[in-house]
Amino acid sequence: MTALLLRLLAPLPALLLSPLLLGLIGRVKAFVAGRQGPPLLQPYRELRRLLGKGEVVSTTTTGLFQLGPLVALAALLASLLLLPAGPLPAALSFPGDFLLLAYLLALARFGTLVAALDTGSSFEGMGASREAAFSALAEPAFFLVLCGLAWARGSLSLGGVLAGGTAETLASQAPALGLLCAALFLVLLAENSRIPVDDPATHLELTMIHEVMVLDHSGPLFGVVLYGASLKLWIFASLLVSLWLPAGLPLAVSVLLYAGALALTAVAVGVVESTIARMRLSRVPRFLLLAGVLSGLGCLVLFSGGRP
Amino acid sequence: MGGSLASLALLGAGAFFSSLCGRRSRWAARVALLSVVLSAVAAIPEALSVLLSGQARRWEAPWALPWGSLAWSLDPLSAFFVAFLLLLAVPFAAYGRGYLEDHGDLGWQSLSWSFFQLLLASMVLVVLASDGLLLLLAWEFMSLSSLLLVLYEHEKDGVPQDGLMYGVAAHLGVAALLALFALWGSQAGSLRFEALASTSLGPGTASAVFLLAVAGFGSKAGLVPFHVWLPRAHPAAPSHVSALMSGVMIKMGIYGLLRMLLLLGSWHRQWGYLLLALGGASALLGVVYALGQHDLKRLLAYHSVENVGIITLGIGAGVVCRTEGMAEASLLAFLGALFHVLNHGLFKGLLFCGAGAAAKAAGTRDLDAMGGLLARMPWTGSAFLVGSMAICALPPFNGFASEFLIYAGLLMGGLGKPSVASRPLFFSVPVLALAGGLALACFAKAFGVAFLGEPRAKGAREAREVNRWMTAAMVLLASACLTVGLLAPFLLAFLKEPAFLLVGGKSSAGAAGALLPVSLAGGALLVLVGILWALRRLLLRKRTLAPAPTWGCGFSAPTARMQYTASSFAEPLLEPLRPLLRPRIHAQEPKGLFPEKGEFSSHLEDGADRILYGPFFEGAARLAAKVRPLQHGRLQHYLLYTLLALLLLLLWGVARP
Repeated sequence: MTALLLRLLAPLPALLLSPLLLGLIGRVKAFVAGRQGPPLLQPYRELRRLLGKGEVVSTTTTGLFQLGPLVALAALLASLLLLPAGPLPAALSFPGDFLLLAYLLALARFGTLVAALDTGSSFEGMGASREAAFSALAEPAFFLVLCGLAWARGSLSLGGVLAGGTAETLASQAPALGLLCAALFLVLLAENSRIPVDDPATHLELTMIHEVMVLDHSGPLFGVVLYGASLKLWIFASLLVSLWLPAGLPLAVSVLLYAGALALTAVAVGVVESTIARMRLSRVPRFLLLAGVLSGLGCLVLFSGGRP
Repeated sequence: MGGSLASLALLGAGAFFSSLCGRRSRWAARVALLSVVLSAVAAIPEALSVLLSGQARRWEAPWALPWGSLAWSLDPLSAFFVAFLLLLAVPFAAYGRGYLEDHGDLGWQSLSWSFFQLLLASMVLVVLASDGLLLLLAWEFMSLSSLLLVLYEHEKDGVPQDGLMYGVAAHLGVAALLALFALWGSQAGSLRFEALASTSLGPGTASAVFLLAVAGFGSKAGLVPFHVWLPRAHPAAPSHVSALMSGVMIKMGIYGLLRMLLLLGSWHRQWGYLLLALGGASALLGVVYALGQHDLKRLLAYHSVENVGIITLGIGAGVVCRTEGMAEASLLAFLGALFHVLNHGLFKGLLFCGAGAAAKAAGTRDLDAMGGLLARMPWTGSAFLVGSMAICALPPFNGFASEFLIYAGLLMGGLGKPSVASRPLFFSVPVLALAGGLALACFAKAFGVAFLGEPRAKGAREAREVNRWMTAAMVLLASACLTVGLLAPFLLAFLKEPAFLLVGGKSSAGAAGALLPVSLAGGALLVLVGILWALRRLLLRKRTLAPAPTWGCGFSAPTARMQYTASSFAEPLLEPLRPLLRPRIHAQEPKGLFPEKGEFSSHLEDGADRILYGPFFEGAARLAAKVRPLQHGRLQHYLLYTLLALLLLLLWGVARP
């Protein structure tokens, strides 16, 4: 009974705490730049502010403009059901569930793209085009990371894939895991429209990807977009840190480890954002190719080591 | 067997009566619709009972065929394809009823309906034939009747050329099949399938037979590099015919390949690798070329290449897993491939119907002259959206269920054994994932550019919803995409038996169990969307929803022509591939201090055309030009040729030991 309850609780941390990751990134960026910066809880305040407003809806649009972000959020919420929260097992777990996770993320993307194209704005078309292209190119790396892990841990479900490593196997597979982890980090940066692929803070429409797709959304609908972005970041960060989480620790310790590692990921993203410049758009495919090559190499290293 | 034979007879009779209707084409359409519905009603219950029981039914006509026999059988594999093709024929015929109504000459319409039924009948015959010669005859009927359907708008620019290309490609494929049956039949002494199956071929001969089957049947299926005819012939046909050809007819190639694999009995692992390679190449090249298209129907035709690639990946995985002794993974892969055959028929048929409706309403197939059609044609637009999501394998639609099974087969095979033999399975997964990501980009483009935003031309601005027949067929197909997606675990019961045949034994894989949570999650997703929609309505109850024009980022006079077009949408993906794809680009940049006019257009031509077939046919043409002096139409010379030929034969006969 308690096991079942725990399972149903697994999406809760993401639901409640994911905006915190965005806040943390903001704090790190402010710290590195020597600014005062927004408070840690700023994303929550913004969500509350947006949810209290009315909306402006473009006259060009059909219902898809409003439905798109909601479908995207629903897909992200559904994918939270599949995601183990560190030591807590996922609410729904079955062989091949990470395929569903990947395609739910794709559904979220499709919802955003369609909503953007519905406005008929050339800027939003531009953002949609870039988002579609770069996410497609990130897809092989993402799958290779998950499949490589599935191979290493001999499991086809996300729970087994992420929680299978004991401390010894983790140590013995560290080089391969390091490569996979690096690839996943690059995918995280690209999929969550962070620097060096996209700049979430810029206000030059021509250089943006994700932000430019949601130019016309406002009020609660924009809140949905913002919250969805934080959930997506949480999902990728959670995959990234769970990969290293050793099995067999006491629950309290692994919860602390998980939380600490998540915070560390946010700090890493913040540091990358503060120290690296955004690249030229035409170089993004090469960046994603690098992610694919790293993950492929990681798989090969895993294969050569044999399954423990 | 009675039901299938009755459906054949019904379709044949329908074809005959439709052709008699002449200029009373409405009657031809009625006859066709009636015969299609009746033949589906006649054949499907029987096919389903074979699918559930696994008991094959056979029948042989007491008449002989020279070098062959009229042997027919309905085993689970045939039953699956019979049920599949007749089930889909019904909405396509209904759509065609509305589509042809005001389209073309009345006499041609009647003939077109006649060929439509002939095409269906020949496909049923292909699937039922249990004799090589009978199969070839039916195959030829299928190619010719579809060719005549493609030539419906023969007076239009380019259509005769596309038809010619289709005819040539189809017959090159038949040449491979003739060689196949000649080779195999000479070893077996008969072309009956039982005789072929019971002959044990040497490894070299077996591989030759397999390669010929891949070339012959693969060219009908549209596998790379035999696909060049497909993106030209399918768009040229009327849309219900495009739907039938892309959704159903190319699957006859898949059927032929599976049938030959079944008859071959024992397989080599390398065959599986070849299928994986061809499937992966088709999936990737299909979608990359689709991205570069501006013609909506051509884009869809390239996606048929992609999806046939996905099906072939599934078959290849099944072959590798079976030869490696991983029955469970093999079963999943074959189930996925068969399921994708059905699903692709549903969503590709739907998309072609939608594209036809959009093209009819907007007066063009050019994506860059469309836009804003969803607001003007809500039924067509919503149906096209459903089809787009299904083809991108987005849950909860049907495409995801079958791709999930193919992925599962690849993964289970790739993870199952630590041996090197299963590595190609493992590395096919990212290929499929990349194709999926690109397909999503492509359909965001196709749907977004055609149906969303503002209309880019007058035709699109004045578009109106199409007639009831067409919308009804599209709504039916769209709801089928959703229902099949949600009920997938239960529908697998109908696919089990043919998959068992291919795996070569019953195994108790929990494929249905694997899909159950997927369907549950799909249902949960729909509920979540509903809840979120209601919550937002509740939240906004007392607040203003202010209408305003789309924000132009400070620019005060945006026009519809400034919207992103099909070419610009695909640019970030195609630009890095430019050295490989070599698109033709005509650009004239605006010049001067006060620039006035500039032009840009780009066309993506098929690389296989450029590299493989172009030089081949140019060579053939050069050779033909050299031989031409022999043909000058004087009777005396021809008599001389005959005499010389006879003399040569005589000499050969004498000189032979």
